[in-house]
Amino acid sequence: MAEITLIQAVTLALARAMEEDPRVLVLGEDVGADGGVFRATEGLLARFGAERVIDTPLAEAAIAGLSIGLAAQGFRPVAEIQFTGFIYPAIDQLVNHASRLRTRTRGRLTCPMVLRSPSGGGVHAPEHHSESPEAMFAHIPGLRVVIPSSPRRAYGLLLAAIRGADPVVFLEPTRLYRAFREEVADDGAGLPLDRCFVLREGKDMTLIAWGAMVREALAAAVALAREGVSAEVIDVATLKPLDAETIIASVGKTGRCIIAQEAPLTGGFAGEIAARLAERGLMTLLAPIERVAGYDTVMPLPRLEHLYLPNAARIAAAARRAMAYA
Amino acid sequence: MIYVKARLPVQFYFLLVRDKRSGCDVAKDVAHFDIGYRQCLAPEGRPLDGLPEFARDAETLIGLYRAMVRTRTFDAKAVALQRTGRLGTFASSLGQEAVAVGVASAMRAEDVLLPSFREHGAQLWRGVSPLELFLYWGGDERGSDFAGPRQDFPVSVPVGSHAPHAAGVALAFKLRHERRAAVAILGDGATSKGDVAEALNIAGVWQLPALFVVTNNQWAISVPRRRQSAAETLAQKAIAAGIPGEQVDGNDVIAVHQAAAAALERARSGGGASLIEAVTYRLADHTTADDASRYRDDAEVSRHWPEEPLIRLRAYLAETGHWTKTDEEKLLAATAAEIDAATSAYLATKPQLPESMFDYTFERLPADLCDQRAQALAPAPVAEPITAR
Repeated sequence: MAEITLIQAVTLALARAMEEDPRVLVLGEDVGADGGVFRATEGLLARFGAERVIDTPLAEAAIAGLSIGLAAQGFRPVAEIQFTGFIYPAIDQLVNHASRLRTRTRGRLTCPMVLRSPSGGGVHAPEHHSESPEAMFAHIPGLRVVIPSSPRRAYGLLLAAIRGADPVVFLEPTRLYRAFREEVADDGAGLPLDRCFVLREGKDMTLIAWGAMVREALAAAVALAREGVSAEVIDVATLKPLDAETIIASVGKTGRCIIAQEAPLTGGFAGEIAARLAERGLMTLLAPIERVAGYDTVMPLPRLEHLYLPNAARIAAAARRAMAYA
Repeated sequence: MIYVKARLPVQFYFLLVRDKRSGCDVAKDVAHFDIGYRQCLAPEGRPLDGLPEFARDAETLIGLYRAMVRTRTFDAKAVALQRTGRLGTFASSLGQEAVAVGVASAMRAEDVLLPSFREHGAQLWRGVSPLELFLYWGGDERGSDFAGPRQDFPVSVPVGSHAPHAAGVALAFKLRHERRAAVAILGDGATSKGDVAEALNIAGVWQLPALFVVTNNQWAISVPRRRQSAAETLAQKAIAAGIPGEQVDGNDVIAVHQAAAAALERARSGGGASLIEAVTYRLADHTTADDASRYRDDAEVSRHWPEEPLIRLRAYLAETGHWTKTDEEKLLAATAAEIDAATSAYLATKPQLPESMFDYTFERLPADLCDQRAQALAPAPVAEPITAR
């Protein structure tokens, strides 16, 4: 079993899915000969040919729209949007068509498509290459939103997303593409698309995160352990539909909760999780819920992005406030 | 049939103009294009030239005429139902029946239609029932679960956003080596949208079996055609995409059918995509929620009535001895009976159960949505009587 990076795990899952199902197509800008700007589709053109690995013209709305037409016709398109900064023209297609085709035709037409895109900051990328728009997608009924935070979860979640019958936005944390390696068995095993992953068990507090923030939360948990604080870490890899049960049960056990998100604070998905806890777990809380988030500012250019992005230190500081409270 | 290339003298010249300072200001004509205009019957029903082969069969023409009358009967009933509070907002296709019927009649059952919201005539031709259309416009999703053309798309309300779906459907046909075509019907306003430009471009570069029909009814709600685009024709939107584009008299069902049949045959046999601009006129308000008198003179509408599509085909059929007053009365009675029966069935249809709102959101209902579904299905709380404290 090889140790691979998250981006390699994406490629592995794409190849596996294409191997096992001839209906699976990969399309997007530069996904062919170039193998994608991050190399997510490296080698797929040579292996599966230009009819299944399709370089599109530069048109994001049409990439999403084409995928809807293909999906309604029985294909399983996996489209790449080069960066989430360029995904916004495709949102019209997702909101008005992909997410509601099944319900508006009462199941006659369906839309089994995956829209993949690198997301988030921390790689000193140019303007419009570092945002975290997951909450926008999570607000769309009928759409699944998945964000892996490790090579193994990227592999299993992407396979499950491709095999499923629902439209999925699959946001890959750019910062984790090559951040670390992990053993990944190419066994074709998918992971559930409606379960949080409890990555570390603890009894004093629950740290909740997704995407690149999961690593920061894990690092914070290690630091807190040295101070005698036992932190549970939950990866909300499938934001939508949300597995609220796992979160509420965990906070019911620990009594404290810190939610970390890279996206701007207001209207972010951390707010949704905090609301669920307020509705169903309020009396189990020993301290106020804290959100550690990006600021309600435009994502700064690379020289200041380290000041914008939440990190382990900010998460640990919030955790200490919660411990001090009660 | 008359195919006038000069009606709108559209000629484009791309000039390579070299640097004048060097003295080499030689202009070289590298490409030029023209847009043709197709018309078979004059507004009063006179054939302009030899009619196309299919139009020599009176039964075929009678079939087209029946379909247009059926569409207009459905349309009038839908407006009447809306006006009496029994249907939601409705977009009438009055005056545009020849575009919908002409295009749909050129399609094969296995082709796929991706309609905008004013193509009732095309949907009816392809086997969507009047009951299903009433249900959809009456606010019931089951109206888009067509029993007939199972692969046809539901109407696209967001203007032009279905054009890329047609490219996707056409790509599916091409990848499977099927002799089928995808047909998107758009309005004149849609040609201003980026989605349409993206779809045309992709359909061109990949030579997809797709047909884009622009129903140019002269008005996008209150914005007239001349304020929509500086282009002399909307057909020429095809030129930049590298696909054939032509204008057709959209009130002439014979011309529309002929143009669509040629484009579809080309598409199915690997010749790629086409664009047809069908020039017609929206005789009705934009929808039942619109009052066109706020922005459009009644005199303009009156001027267009003599050009509407039913008059000319009926006149031609009568002139050639294939249609009598009795035939007309019988047809009107038969279509009225069909639409009245559909109306009764529609009005008798009970609303869907509340759980249907949830049950098609995903393939399987996620736990999170199960909770919301249970809340929605819970009996309404009984109001406590208000008592003085």
